[in-house]
Amino acid sequence: MKPAATASLSPSRRAWQRFKRNRLGFWSLVAFSVLVLLSLAAELLSNEKPLLVHYEGAIYTPMWKDYPETTFGGDFLTPTDYLDPFIQERLARPGNWAVHAPNPYGPKTLNYFAKAPNPSAPSRDNWLGTDDRGRDLLAQLIYGFRVSVLFALALTITGTLLGVVTGAIQGYFGGKTDLAFQRFIEIWGSMPELYLLIIFSAVFAPSVALLLVLLSLFGWMGLSDYVRAEFLRNRQLDYVKAARALGVGNVQIMWRHILPNSLTPVVTFLPFRMSAAILALTSLDFLGLGVPPGTPSLGELLAQGKNNIDAWWISLSTFAVLVVTLLLLTFMGDALRDALDPRKADA
Amino acid sequence: MKPLLDVQDLRVAFGDKEVVHGISFQIAQGEKLALVGESGSGKTISALALLRLVEGGTLGGSVHLSGPTPSTGDRNLLSFPERDMRAIRGQDIAMIFQEPMTALNPLITVGRQIAEVLQLKKGLTRAEAAQESVRLLAQTGIPEPERRAQAYPYQLSGGQRQRAMIAMALACSPRLLLADEPTTALDVTLRGQILDLLDDLRQQNGMAVLMITHDLNLVRRFADRVIVMENGHIVEQGPVAEVFAHPQHAYTKKLIDSRPVRDVVEQPVNPSQATPMLQAQGLRVGYPVPLGGVKGWFRKGEFVAVQGADFTLPPGQTLGVVGESGSGKSTLALAALGLLPHGGTLRVLGQGWAGNSLQNTPANQALRRVVQVVFQDPFSSLSPRLTVEEIVGEGLKVHQPGLTTAQRREQVLAALAEVGLTEAQFPGLLERYPHAFSGGQRQRLAIARALIVQPQVLVLDEPTSALDVTIQKQVLVLLQRLQRDKGLAYLLITHDVDVIRAMAHQVLVMKDGTIVEAGPVHQVLDAPQHPYTQRLLAATLA
Repeated sequence: MKPAATASLSPSRRAWQRFKRNRLGFWSLVAFSVLVLLSLAAELLSNEKPLLVHYEGAIYTPMWKDYPETTFGGDFLTPTDYLDPFIQERLARPGNWAVHAPNPYGPKTLNYFAKAPNPSAPSRDNWLGTDDRGRDLLAQLIYGFRVSVLFALALTITGTLLGVVTGAIQGYFGGKTDLAFQRFIEIWGSMPELYLLIIFSAVFAPSVALLLVLLSLFGWMGLSDYVRAEFLRNRQLDYVKAARALGVGNVQIMWRHILPNSLTPVVTFLPFRMSAAILALTSLDFLGLGVPPGTPSLGELLAQGKNNIDAWWISLSTFAVLVVTLLLLTFMGDALRDALDPRKADA
Repeated sequence: MKPLLDVQDLRVAFGDKEVVHGISFQIAQGEKLALVGESGSGKTISALALLRLVEGGTLGGSVHLSGPTPSTGDRNLLSFPERDMRAIRGQDIAMIFQEPMTALNPLITVGRQIAEVLQLKKGLTRAEAAQESVRLLAQTGIPEPERRAQAYPYQLSGGQRQRAMIAMALACSPRLLLADEPTTALDVTLRGQILDLLDDLRQQNGMAVLMITHDLNLVRRFADRVIVMENGHIVEQGPVAEVFAHPQHAYTKKLIDSRPVRDVVEQPVNPSQATPMLQAQGLRVGYPVPLGGVKGWFRKGEFVAVQGADFTLPPGQTLGVVGESGSGKSTLALAALGLLPHGGTLRVLGQGWAGNSLQNTPANQALRRVVQVVFQDPFSSLSPRLTVEEIVGEGLKVHQPGLTTAQRREQVLAALAEVGLTEAQFPGLLERYPHAFSGGQRQRLAIARALIVQPQVLVLDEPTSALDVTIQKQVLVLLQRLQRDKGLAYLLITHDVDVIRAMAHQVLVMKDGTIVEAGPVHQVLDAPQHPYTQRLLAATLA
């Protein structure tokens, strides 16, 4: 019986099928996932150290281990600089070989042997050019994208969890609990977030973790309002009353009955929260209030682009990465919103 | 005489799915025609198609509207340009809807909404239109029409809102009025008034009325001719008296035959000896409501929903509670379930709800096993994200946490079989989600969820009012069988006197939070004492 097979799909499975039917949204998800997976393997894609070296009969793995220059016939005991033409020449001798990453620069690599002054325009050595400190731009973008996405993911998760928990408590218990929480949110929400960030970045040593904590503290309020409204609506539905009449406890009712039916706004907002978080981090970095110096970051690149307006490759490529990332997230969000729209038929 | 509206082979399709399969009928000038069918039969869609208001649907066939004078020719509405169609709507054919609260704009006064139609369609000035709208409201019998014209929809009662809707529809003296379940959202005593009003206005203005309804009593009372629809087909049409006396089609027979039948054990146990299942004395339930002004900052007012209620529910019997919306009957049900704080005494099997009845103390949990509930709307009473097994098995998880999954599944299947849902009928029954079931089947699921903890009392809060008539009968038969087999006692809340007649042993009639009349079912229904009961019964029987 065919109808039975389709009829027994859970609501979330059906929403997923609707999502898949939206080609733009689905392919955005695929493209974004591929980009994230690639950036997670950034060390294999963009690294100044060769992945594998065969030198005079022995195998070396510079990715995992530092070898002094003397290993490869150099003069010093310092770690090998694989961009050094001397070393490159040694590795290219007959019998020796080295497997390089496609882009032979790391995010912090300074090429002391560069042919052009910094910032240099795109060339065969640096596909997207270098920034004003001589670091390869492509490597910066790959690592910066990774930092942005991971940060956004963490911020989205913490913000969503906080928002759902506080919203659920307000909506389910209502009355005085709700009143107290709402007033607290009003007070908390009126604190000047940016000034607090400036003050904290002056007091504490800047770090990604600190930034995450500070942004999380302010990022949950919008969502908690939505979850609260959903809980307020759902808690008076008959299936909740029926569960109460059966003697089911509060936590169980919230967890099993109301929460799954209140997640639509949460899920719909996820991609948009991600893109907001990426933007937030970029803006803070642009202002110099974000991640500690030296961390690859899109915002810091934008600031460089502003300072070196004639080095068009910096601002243009960073801009392109940001636009593509945010667009993909927005397309996903749109598709998700349509997929979860209860008014849409399941044709 | 040429018919006012001649519908030939009307088809409505959404995508490649056809929902109305070529229906043909005619409406004469000034005729009262009823279109009857259950939900999903395509009756509302057909009516909307006449006005070309079916969103996203493709229409086929022809709808000919005769010209305003005998000399002008017929016009096929389906081939009209949209611009001319807008002129037809409201002018020649008007429509009123089931729920006047959502059909009226909540932010504009009623008078203004009616005047807008007049300005638009008749080209009256603002002042003229305002005057005319008051006249139209007066025509529908709203008291103080000048004042009501200034009122916003929420300030009117349900009946007044429906009257305002009718006034708006009649603003341009249409020749045909489509009335989509015009009385379903109203209380019984109001229904008759609205029907009388429609009939009066029909005679005054010489318009025809196409009434869409599922209520056969209404058809019998109102219509000249009736069309019976099933699954997008017209199965039968003819004069009302003829169709009701000699139904030809099997489906029509089934519809007419769907009046609930009394089939209960009249005297199960001697009520004076057994411990009553439920017993209330001076039961009082109030809700806190905000007070206006500065006073409201410091304390809350109280709205008393039920006051001084005394009743006894003996084992194996049904106590019917009738009343209109707002009479406090659903509050009474929630109090009996221990879901609302209440005053006075309320004993379940001789035991009161301990302390705060909302808390799940062991004593209260024991009582919860005794009293279970079935709600009105089978769509909101089952969580859409839980499977049948999770929904029905929930009570076992609470009250018999020691059961293994296999034991629990066995009991769930047994409870489902008891309400007539089996794996043979629905493959993969336990893994299904509620959306895969129809309204009647969902109501069976809700009953199974209540039965699984083996309660002795079921609170039935309008258990059949959201269901189609034929399904309604099946559910009532199921409830009667369960009562006979298990000796369940029912606290049956309903506004439907037919249901009371079929099910109840004792009846309470409630009005404005107090019980105005109580007694054995025959006594209350056949020889009502209180004027309100008399009015209620008169409205239903008419």
